[in-house]
Amino acid sequence: MLEIKDLHVEVEGEGIEILKGVNLTVNKGEIHAIMGPNGSGKSTLAKIVAGHPEYEVSKGDILYNGESILELDPDERAHAGVFLAFQYPVEVPGVTNNTLLRESYNTIAASRGREELDPLEFDDYLRDKLELVDMNPDFLERSVNAGFSGGEKKRNEIFQMAVLEPTLSLLDETDSGLDIDALRIVADGINKLHGEDDAVVLITHYQRLLNYIVPDHVHVMIGGKIVKSGGKELAIELEEKGYDWLETHATVNGEAK
Amino acid sequence: MSETKALESMIGEEYKYGFTTDVEYEDFPKGINEDVVRLISEKKDEPEWMTEFRLKAYRAWTEMEEPSWFNATYEKPKFDKLQYYSAPKNKPKLNSLDEVDPNIRETYEKLGIPLDEQKMLAGVAVDAVFDSVSIFTTFKEKLAEAGVIFCSISEAVHEHPELVKKYMGSVVPVRDNFYAALNSAVFSDGSFCYVPKDTICPMELSTYFRINNMNSGQFERTLIIAEENSHVSYLEGCTAPMYDEHQLHAAVVELIAMDNAEIKYSTIQNWYSGDEDGRGGIYNFVTKRGACRGKSSKISWTQLETGSAVTLKYPSVILQGDNSVGEFFSVAVTNKRQQADTGTKMIHLGKNTKSTIISKGISAGNSNNSYRGQVKISKKADNARNYSQCDSMLIGQTCGAHTFPYIESANPTGKVEHEATTSRVGEEQIFYLQQRGLSEDDAISLIVNGFCKEVLKELPMEFAVEANKLLGIKLEGSVG
Repeated sequence: MLEIKDLHVEVEGEGIEILKGVNLTVNKGEIHAIMGPNGSGKSTLAKIVAGHPEYEVSKGDILYNGESILELDPDERAHAGVFLAFQYPVEVPGVTNNTLLRESYNTIAASRGREELDPLEFDDYLRDKLELVDMNPDFLERSVNAGFSGGEKKRNEIFQMAVLEPTLSLLDETDSGLDIDALRIVADGINKLHGEDDAVVLITHYQRLLNYIVPDHVHVMIGGKIVKSGGKELAIELEEKGYDWLETHATVNGEAK
Repeated sequence: MSETKALESMIGEEYKYGFTTDVEYEDFPKGINEDVVRLISEKKDEPEWMTEFRLKAYRAWTEMEEPSWFNATYEKPKFDKLQYYSAPKNKPKLNSLDEVDPNIRETYEKLGIPLDEQKMLAGVAVDAVFDSVSIFTTFKEKLAEAGVIFCSISEAVHEHPELVKKYMGSVVPVRDNFYAALNSAVFSDGSFCYVPKDTICPMELSTYFRINNMNSGQFERTLIIAEENSHVSYLEGCTAPMYDEHQLHAAVVELIAMDNAEIKYSTIQNWYSGDEDGRGGIYNFVTKRGACRGKSSKISWTQLETGSAVTLKYPSVILQGDNSVGEFFSVAVTNKRQQADTGTKMIHLGKNTKSTIISKGISAGNSNNSYRGQVKISKKADNARNYSQCDSMLIGQTCGAHTFPYIESANPTGKVEHEATTSRVGEEQIFYLQQRGLSEDDAISLIVNGFCKEVLKELPMEFAVEANKLLGIKLEGSVG
């Protein structure tokens, strides 16, 4: 589904390389976890797949369902089923969650040739999805993320994911800022949403989330490269040993800096 | 494409009302002097008192100095080159729609303003002002049944002289300011509305102003009187063709609300705003003021200002009656080289008077957008309260937003609250919405609509769609 090939990425106009040759393949039905210390390029990887304009691909390619998506605008990637749960969800004052979601849902539906929903049908559709992340219906009439607590913002991201039903979900540190109850709710939601036909990429610092969502593959990213990949046991190993032993490993190869 | 460029191209959508209508005009000399003022009065077959009113104003104007205290720079209008009266040659006052010049009818159709009553939006009466004269007023009979007078001001001078005489100049005196004095001398036409006691006007009233003639100024005059326990909602819309020269629009609007009366006055202003380099566009120098004369009366101004090269406009309320309420809701969008210095004055004279000011300024391109507001609480205005909120949104790096609040309180029981915010439409906000599937156009439109929501919801329902569309036009464009 997602194939990242020797991806090199710079901040636009600054010439600073952030990703230095990332390779990653994600298949349908899989859950991948990307772990690593701060500043390793994890979030950049998620943003670049979603098409953030701040970054520029200097080398390599991103294939989605076999085709390069580098030339696609962020909205076109969203129409194709790419979803990014933001690390820092953005506030849009004056625009209700309901309004944004209906516009999003119908735009994506139209682009895929699916039927658009009228406000009443959409309302019914939303009610079911609200339960999934245990959110109060009042929340639909509040402005997008405005005045939300950190935890509410993260839950809102997963709620949006539930509504938009993407095929590739990139969850950027969705676990940070969540207390243990909220973490469980969010993780349950993600597990329920995940199925055979979609894939999830979790970006996280901590193994904690992986107690609730069991990944098929774990990757460690350091200095803009994936330095180690393995199964879920790798996450546990990281929890015990930290990243230091891998950083040494990376520097030995002489490519991390 | 960089964020700024994308945003700028979006906001720089071409002006859609810039066409000219080919109409024959009556000849009229350019420039201004007492003879010209007399000639205008004569053309309109006005009674002596009206001519005197104009002459008094003209003499006052010649002694006044053109103001320059606002936050805008522009080439001063050449008053001796302007044409102060411009009327289509075909008979200006008509009894049936069939008599309207077909070209002018077509103009209004192009603007999306059907004059044909059958096709009208339910419950909206229209007065159409083309250059200097009122072309047609719809729904007159139905309004008359309710006792509401809605006609052109020229007609009112003839048909209801006692009302015009009593109220014209009573809120905005002829010497009030330079442009009000000029308007009082040469005003051509405009709307008049009188709502009698205990009457709720059965429909929305609206006037569409269109400047067509290249060298003419437009000086319209609007007078609305709401008697005790009455209610009226009025909306004006404005468009003009594109010319390289600046055109002057200097209107005066006076509102009078008696005990328990309520006047809601809404404006959708989309005069031609000039090109990228600031060539052409309307100078929109307007004096709008309402007097809450009666107890518990209410005057509410709502404006959506998107056009004009330069806008100087401060719709104000004088809160005379005890417990009276004044409101000002404004969205001002500037782009390219537009300059807007707009806001309000709330003058609290009566006890327990209340005023609310919500102003949303959106600046893009190389434009400059200033909010200027005055809240004055006089000695006798016990327990007066004001709440002001002024928010600015910047799009791109080359525009300016400014806020100039003036607060004067001479009564210790008065309460004045002022809040102001400035925000920038950011790449991150647009990316977020695009990631949720919205196009760049739709993302910006949604952000701007959200920002203006508190004001847009104050517009009469029939016009909310129009307002959204206008914001859309102003904001949409080809990206890439």
